[in-house]
Amino acid sequence: MHSFGYRLNGLLTFAVTILALMCAITSLSDNFNTPSPSAEIKIININWFQKQPQGHDEVSLMMNVSADLQSLFTWNTKQVFIFVAAEYGTPKNSLNQVSLWDAIIPAKENAKFWIHTSNKYRFVDQGNNLRGKKFNLTMHWHVMPKTGKMFADKIVLTGYSLPEEYR
Amino acid sequence: MGWIGDTLDSVKSIQIRQLLTQAVSLGMIVTSALIIWKGLMCVTGSESPVVVVLSGSMEPGFKRGDILFLHMSKDPIRAGEIVVFNIDGREIPIVHRVIKVHERQDTGEVDVLTKGDNNYGDDRLLYAQGQLYLQRHHIMGRAVGFLPYVGWVTIIMTEKPIIKYILIGALGLLVITSKD
Repeated sequence: MHSFGYRLNGLLTFAVTILALMCAITSLSDNFNTPSPSAEIKIININWFQKQPQGHDEVSLMMNVSADLQSLFTWNTKQVFIFVAAEYGTPKNSLNQVSLWDAIIPAKENAKFWIHTSNKYRFVDQGNNLRGKKFNLTMHWHVMPKTGKMFADKIVLTGYSLPEEYR
Repeated sequence: MGWIGDTLDSVKSIQIRQLLTQAVSLGMIVTSALIIWKGLMCVTGSESPVVVVLSGSMEPGFKRGDILFLHMSKDPIRAGEIVVFNIDGREIPIVHRVIKVHERQDTGEVDVLTKGDNNYGDDRLLYAQGQLYLQRHHIMGRAVGFLPYVGWVTIIMTEKPIIKYILIGALGLLVITSKD
């Protein structure tokens, strides 16, 4: 009962249990953080707006994205993944979400930023419903912890629309 | 001659009883592990409640060897969620993020496009021939939590099966030779 093997086994089991408990408590501490992020997106220019050979509409645009997401970071945060998605409805689809741009924020210092960018991913519709379409731009963020539960939320910015004609 | 027979019988019976007890306790350990696993499957609603990250396509968020806890609810799939899915014909599940969602008005079915955070392009190259989107039935669960490094044990045991056999052999030896 007191051999080396039994003692090692007991020690290892205890260590693993304590480690698991610490991970759980670390994750729980994230719940005490009340974030207050802000974001602003402005569409500067529609570069082009065409119907592709397969028949789907596609848009290329330039936008200014500025945000302050510093309040999302806690001591247990490894990184925050953010992306901007265009959301709209069409007669065939009740909801379309198309991610236009994303970035990884590795630390709190980089969480307050301003960027002038074209859409990183193609804004393509399943069909040709985009002429004159009104859409929302949503800033989503996904807090990835060092250990434990992940949190995700978003800010919806409304009032954007596409031109009536192809150009 | 009678008492030799008697002692032999008593020795044999002790050994058989001990062997049976140890076999039963081993069976109990294996069964309770199975109960916990199946119970987790019920609670999380996913076929595989825990997965190990095998590739570096989601770095720096998820590194190879991390463990992800999955949960599958009836909620619709939305952009930004990290989902685990199976491609027809491939057995290894892939953990990537949803970047495009098209939800049908009439049926509520969704077409979903995914991409690994660390990959340059989206997952169309990984999908089956001619497949442009994933549907809900491809998706096994959403990642809701994660533990770093713990998955290395599974990776080592899968990639070097000799270690698995050594471990099981050692465990078996310990069970047989332990004296209660």
